[in-house]
Amino acid sequence: MKNLYELTIKEAAELLKKGEISSFELVQSCLKQIKKVEPEIHAYITLNEERALEQAKEIDIRRKKHEKLSDLAGIPYSAKDVYCTKGLQTTAGSKVLEGYIPQYTATVISKLNDVGAILLGKTNCDAFGFGTSTEHSGYGVTKNPIDTERVPGGSSGGSAAAVQYGGGLFSIAEDTGGSIRCPASFCGVAGLKVTYGRVSRYGAISYASSYDTVGPIAKNTEDLAMILEVIAGHDPHDATSSNEKVQDYSKLLDRSIKGLKIGIPKEYFQDGLDEEVKEIVEKAIEKYKSLGCEIKSISLPYTEYAIAAYYVVGLSEASANLARFDGIRYGPQEKGENWMDIITSSRGKGFGEEEKRRIMIGTYALSAGYADEFYKKAQKVRELIKNDLLRALKEVDIILTPTMPVLPFKFGENDDDPLKMWLADAYTVTLNPSGLPGLSVNAGWSKDGLPVGMQLIGPHFREDLLLNFGHKYENEK
Amino acid sequence: MKTKNKLKTEYKPVIGLEIHLQPKTKSKIFCSCSSEYFGKAPNTHTCPVCLGLPGALPVPNKKAIELCMKLALALNCEINKESKFDRKNYFYPDLPKGYQISQYDQPIGKEGFVEIDIHGDARRIRMTRVHMEEDTGKSIHRGNETLLDFNKSGVPLIEIVTEPDFSSKEEVDIFAKRLRQIIRYCEISDADMEKGQMRYELNMSMRKEGEKKLPDYKIEVKNIGSISVLQKVIDYETKRQTEALEKGEKLIQETRGIKDMSGVTLSQRVKEGSADYRYFPEPDIPLMSFDKDIIEQIRLTIPELPQEKKWRYVNEYKIEIDTAEVIVSNKSLFTYFEQVLERLKDTKLAQNAANWIVGDLRRLSKKYNVKINESKIKSVYLAELVELIDSGKLRSNVAKEVLTKVFKTGNSPSQIIKESDLGMIENKGELEQVVKKVIGSNQKIVDDYKNKNPNAIKFLLGQVMRETRGQADPIVAKQLLEKLIK
Repeated sequence: MKNLYELTIKEAAELLKKGEISSFELVQSCLKQIKKVEPEIHAYITLNEERALEQAKEIDIRRKKHEKLSDLAGIPYSAKDVYCTKGLQTTAGSKVLEGYIPQYTATVISKLNDVGAILLGKTNCDAFGFGTSTEHSGYGVTKNPIDTERVPGGSSGGSAAAVQYGGGLFSIAEDTGGSIRCPASFCGVAGLKVTYGRVSRYGAISYASSYDTVGPIAKNTEDLAMILEVIAGHDPHDATSSNEKVQDYSKLLDRSIKGLKIGIPKEYFQDGLDEEVKEIVEKAIEKYKSLGCEIKSISLPYTEYAIAAYYVVGLSEASANLARFDGIRYGPQEKGENWMDIITSSRGKGFGEEEKRRIMIGTYALSAGYADEFYKKAQKVRELIKNDLLRALKEVDIILTPTMPVLPFKFGENDDDPLKMWLADAYTVTLNPSGLPGLSVNAGWSKDGLPVGMQLIGPHFREDLLLNFGHKYENEK
Repeated sequence: MKTKNKLKTEYKPVIGLEIHLQPKTKSKIFCSCSSEYFGKAPNTHTCPVCLGLPGALPVPNKKAIELCMKLALALNCEINKESKFDRKNYFYPDLPKGYQISQYDQPIGKEGFVEIDIHGDARRIRMTRVHMEEDTGKSIHRGNETLLDFNKSGVPLIEIVTEPDFSSKEEVDIFAKRLRQIIRYCEISDADMEKGQMRYELNMSMRKEGEKKLPDYKIEVKNIGSISVLQKVIDYETKRQTEALEKGEKLIQETRGIKDMSGVTLSQRVKEGSADYRYFPEPDIPLMSFDKDIIEQIRLTIPELPQEKKWRYVNEYKIEIDTAEVIVSNKSLFTYFEQVLERLKDTKLAQNAANWIVGDLRRLSKKYNVKINESKIKSVYLAELVELIDSGKLRSNVAKEVLTKVFKTGNSPSQIIKESDLGMIENKGELEQVVKKVIGSNQKIVDDYKNKNPNAIKFLLGQVMRETRGQADPIVAKQLLEKLIK
């Protein structure tokens, strides 16, 4: 039999229901695995061990009383350290928030708490989500459990690594330009970037407010569906959250996809795409063909402008979102002669290099005399990119691309050239400006045993379709 | 050499105003904290949203936006069908997010006007815009330390910006009062200056008389808490700027603050060009779109406004302009006046009623601190009083006494007249007795009268009135005197 930490949510939920295992045992198994693996991998910033074991006991008691419980009751999980958790340190991966204990809990975490899911701790990430490798955390790097010389992807590297090695059965991560899909791909697990507005952002520390989405990382799409059913829905605390009906995603996983059209954008299979990644994804396309799908070549001509537009708008918003970290009400405060001194030295010391780089670019793009050339123009390009995708999605049911153009890279590989790192996001960034959902599932493995993810893109609020497609592929593998 | 007097007349002020108004809402603009922060213990009206804590998101208060739109409509503004919030970025310790949520290029209302009367001439003061924003927290400086209170943070504010259409402090005064009336008529805010619910910002420069172009500098004076201080600041700045210009100094863009209530201003910040607030659309709040129905629905909630009301009184009821102005200045006054109008049998008496209201009644209500429409003088009583006087049954000077008694007791005028014996002496026999008595005891004066001294009859009449405590009809009394002396 598998170790308990290796179980999927679905498997664990069934065993819990039958009374074959207890939640306490399950949580203990994960914690034991964390203790064993963490010194090497470092997926977590903060652990919630004591409280987690208590909660597990409570759930076990309730289960013994035959209370009707959710499938997620008693299931241990982690949350990216950008989610505010009352009474538990929340840093967003930045030193500027070291020691910050929130006085409230993010909606997504409250929803999971309410159904009895058990928070094991807070996972490492690039500070404020600024990165593709989890190398830009104020709390050290996270290593890829599959190959510790390589990055786990980012920015939610800690979340994907923890799911990969069994430090919790799933993780709540956050995706602003690929931060869920990239690490899911690099760690060989499944990650869902939801439609903008599908899940409440309340309590998620903002990177770029109009791009930020809250979503799950899990071992497979079946688990993702179960989580999404709990976390999706309108929240009165988030004016951008949608009233669109939440579906029974789990029940829609097995629908036939025969005859449905898959679009393959030619721009995503050109220069810059790793040969091995290309091969594996093309094999996956063949698999879909054998499942009866119609494959259609499409064109997304604005793809080449996506990175530029993405960063200009995203960093403009980020520059304002990070203004509140002034050392005055929370986070470490530096000494100073006057308030301006205190603010500048607290920010100067608290923010890392990547944070400063992004704040400066965003500030510049919004400045008088430049806003027209940068921010406003980028917003126009954003519309074009969105229209590009929406037009394509009228011709086909979903779009399939590689998640990342490269295999998981080694630490420090992109240190000298931040732009090269940014370019690695080329396939994921287009979804955030357009608000569309994207699913990354494992497509296969390289000769060296490295995972390759593929990305499925669907119309707004069609997470059901993406999970359906992902699930079919996983079953066929 | 120019004389000082001549210099003074050479420059005229150019003035624009910005007004910040706290609309009457239960909760703050983006969270559910109570917006009634005045006098509350520091930081007791706060939550993650108004403290700008990481991850907290703003959710706009519908009521605040409706009140903003109502005011914009009352100020004859065009409503932007598509409106949005924007972020105004700057650092300050009492600005918890590092940006203020405000409105930049699509305010709720734009291009309106307010009509005011200046020396009998109607003038339009143009409104540039009316928009919605959040208030900041409050810094309290104490010796070396600064304390922060975030109770005020996130309280809704409506900002009204006028064009530089004022050229005297008198115009500013008339406008400021009219605006406050409109706000109160529409029940947008109590506009209670003492609670900081309304604050003024003055934009002012001086130009040579006859000059049409705007000067190349502008002095901003922030945070003026009352109309009277606003007047003093204009006086002070007129003098200060004129003197500087006379000396040949070049004035530059500058922000000034008031030192105290005396109107003296002090320099705070000299602007090199304009500050760069890096405005951009607030991504946490969806765009707002207002269709015609919503706008019309809100327009319907606007009552008759002071200017219309005033001219209706003047035209329909022939009320004197100044009296009408006083009545429309205050809700309790015009509410009462309109109730009296309804009860008057003849609206020709409207001016008489109005005189009583702006005169004795207003004096009594101030003295005893009771609103007129809530006092014991029911509107029907004032109507009765005015009619009694008009029909000759009550003399004006006695009426004053009657009014005071009604005010104190709440009894009707006729009842008071009856009880206190204050009515006119209608019985001629009774009056004749008094006249005979006066003639009898003033033989010398009667002789004077017979010798054609015209003053003699006045004295005798005075005596009759004194004897009757004013209750005699002087015309009848005079006729009786003349008759009985002959």
